[in-house]
Amino acid sequence: MGLQAYLTLAAIVFSIGLFGVVTRRNTIGILLGIELMLNSVNINLVAFSRFSGDVTGMIFTVFTICITVVEAALGLAIVILLFRVRRTVTADHLDLLKG
Amino acid sequence: MMTGDGSLALAALLLHALGFLTLAIVAPLRRLGRPAAYVSIACAVGSLVSAVLAWQQHMGGAVSRRVWEWLPAQGQTLATVGILADSDSTVMLSLVALVACLVQVYSLSYLSDEPAPSFGRYYTYQSLFAFSMMGLVLAPNLAQLFICWELVGLSSYLLIGFWYRKPEAARAAVKAFWITKAGDVGLLIGIVLLWRQSGTFDLTEMRVLVESGALPVAGLSIITFCLYLGAAGKSAQFPMHIWLPDAMEGPTPVSALIHAATMVTAGVYLLLRTEWLFALTPDVLLIVAWIGAFTALLAAVLACVQDDIKRVLAYSTVSQLGYMMTAIGAGFASAGFFHLLTHGLFKALLFLGAGAVIHAVHSNDLPHMGGLAKRMPQTAIVFLVGTLSLAGIPLFGGFLSKEEILGAVWAGGLVGPFLLLMLVAFLTAFYMFRVVFLAFFGTPPAHPHHGAHPHDPPAAMALPLWILAGLSMAVGIYFTFTHPETEFTSPGWLMPTAVGTAVAGILLAWLTYERQVINAGRLAAAFGPIRYAAINRFWIDDIFEGIYNAVLLGFSRVVGWLDRYIVDGVLNVVSSWTLTSGDDLRTLQTGRVQDYVYGVAVGLLILLLWARWALA
Repeated sequence: MGLQAYLTLAAIVFSIGLFGVVTRRNTIGILLGIELMLNSVNINLVAFSRFSGDVTGMIFTVFTICITVVEAALGLAIVILLFRVRRTVTADHLDLLKG
Repeated sequence: MMTGDGSLALAALLLHALGFLTLAIVAPLRRLGRPAAYVSIACAVGSLVSAVLAWQQHMGGAVSRRVWEWLPAQGQTLATVGILADSDSTVMLSLVALVACLVQVYSLSYLSDEPAPSFGRYYTYQSLFAFSMMGLVLAPNLAQLFICWELVGLSSYLLIGFWYRKPEAARAAVKAFWITKAGDVGLLIGIVLLWRQSGTFDLTEMRVLVESGALPVAGLSIITFCLYLGAAGKSAQFPMHIWLPDAMEGPTPVSALIHAATMVTAGVYLLLRTEWLFALTPDVLLIVAWIGAFTALLAAVLACVQDDIKRVLAYSTVSQLGYMMTAIGAGFASAGFFHLLTHGLFKALLFLGAGAVIHAVHSNDLPHMGGLAKRMPQTAIVFLVGTLSLAGIPLFGGFLSKEEILGAVWAGGLVGPFLLLMLVAFLTAFYMFRVVFLAFFGTPPAHPHHGAHPHDPPAAMALPLWILAGLSMAVGIYFTFTHPETEFTSPGWLMPTAVGTAVAGILLAWLTYERQVINAGRLAAAFGPIRYAAINRFWIDDIFEGIYNAVLLGFSRVVGWLDRYIVDGVLNVVSSWTLTSGDDLRTLQTGRVQDYVYGVAVGLLILLLWARWALA
């Protein structure tokens, strides 16, 4: 399998993630979408690293995964706090910035 | 000390400036009132002494000119300031200094009821007034003359409106300012046009140009007419005379100052200073003469129907200014100037005398007076001296100067104005003696004005009166016996005729108001329509008001409509567009995070596509 296949996979995963982020009503679903998008980037990094014979991309990916974990933890904490205050986690109801 | 370099004239000018600046800057001193007055009077006395000494120096015809650069411009100086002291300007300077000084002394007592701060304010304005007038008199160029001219206008505005809490006074001040300003615009235009034609503001240089014939005469008529407009505004020539009677709302000493030495004489003086220029434009001189004679007659008629003693005097000033202007129009400015000087003396005397009467009677109206000669004999005597001077009786101040004017007008070949002036001479004697008989003789009024207690004025007021009366007499006697040389010869019948006319006027007044042989009411009825018109001031004020209402207010209404509907309309449309478009655009802000993410994604997609196809 060539680089093309990996990149296509990454693009598909990214699109699914983006679709999730844009369409999910549940905030946790949105967070899941973001995770998918981040991991598609990881796939890209690993694929490029593997095909160009340079480990830097792999190391980067390890970092990214760590940061993703932290981000997920923070995101979930925000969702929990949000639920405490608003008693809802539905994205449509969280429109305080409405003009 | 007799260096003759003009330093004395300069000192006279700067002393008043010193007085003004001291009072204007040192506010605590000004608010003290009396001390401020003493400072101002001290300066005025010093100025008077210097002015008289300067006159002595320059009487023989010595001219000294001192100028300093003021506006340097590309190699040549555009404007200078300084003094030009010659026999004309120094004698005028002495008159201004004398009247200013006496008026200030007189005011000490006349305005003694004023609170201290406004008393100080009064003296500050007085000093400014005298300084401005002296600066005008000594001006070596038209630029400085114009500046001082405006300062004179400003200070007369301040002094006429001295009792600014009185609405009539404030109104009169504004009226005086605006009417003279209308003429000043003409003056400014004239000065600038003249500068374009001659390339200089300087009077001496310009005179050299004129006398060598280097100044092009084409278009000069417009220039001299513009200059005349300024003079007509200041010297209250028809139809711009309407401000002067209203200026009576100021304190009486101020009226004396305005009428005798400063302000109204400025116009006549300007024409005297530019006499050689006007000589080139005989058509304008003719206008000057006719308007002058007409003004003299109009004002004399108006003076006959006034009941306010100050208004009679005001109209008599207008009338006498018309006299001077006619003489200048006839081409003999020196005759007009001579009358200006003698008139300055006795008109100041008359106004200060009237002030003494008003001070005692607490009213301006002739019906509130009567029989005052017995109770204030001193005032009666000096007032009579002034009246006889004004009427042009031999041995009194105005006698010879009036004859000279009549002679000048006759010699100038202006028969029409001459006849008008003879009629005015008759009317002048009549209306002035009407005042004398009504105020000082006859019976005291049955219902005197509240608070009236007629008595001769205190020393500070009496002294200026006696000085002026003495000077009027001295001038009259001196010139009755030593005829000054004139540039023209008057016919022999002139003097007897003029004196006869004046005596006839006095006689008519005597018969009407003293002996009451002629019924005043029937006399009035005989001149019914004229009297009616005169009481209504010949509707000139109404015409001005009509013009104001029709033209100015009409124009304002049009402009107001344009502003309200066109200018504001455009703004309103633009602002409403802004509002509605903003209202529409804000719906884009849904506040939902996903929409924003969606926007970002679509934007990114567009960028990528653009990069793919546009940049490839």
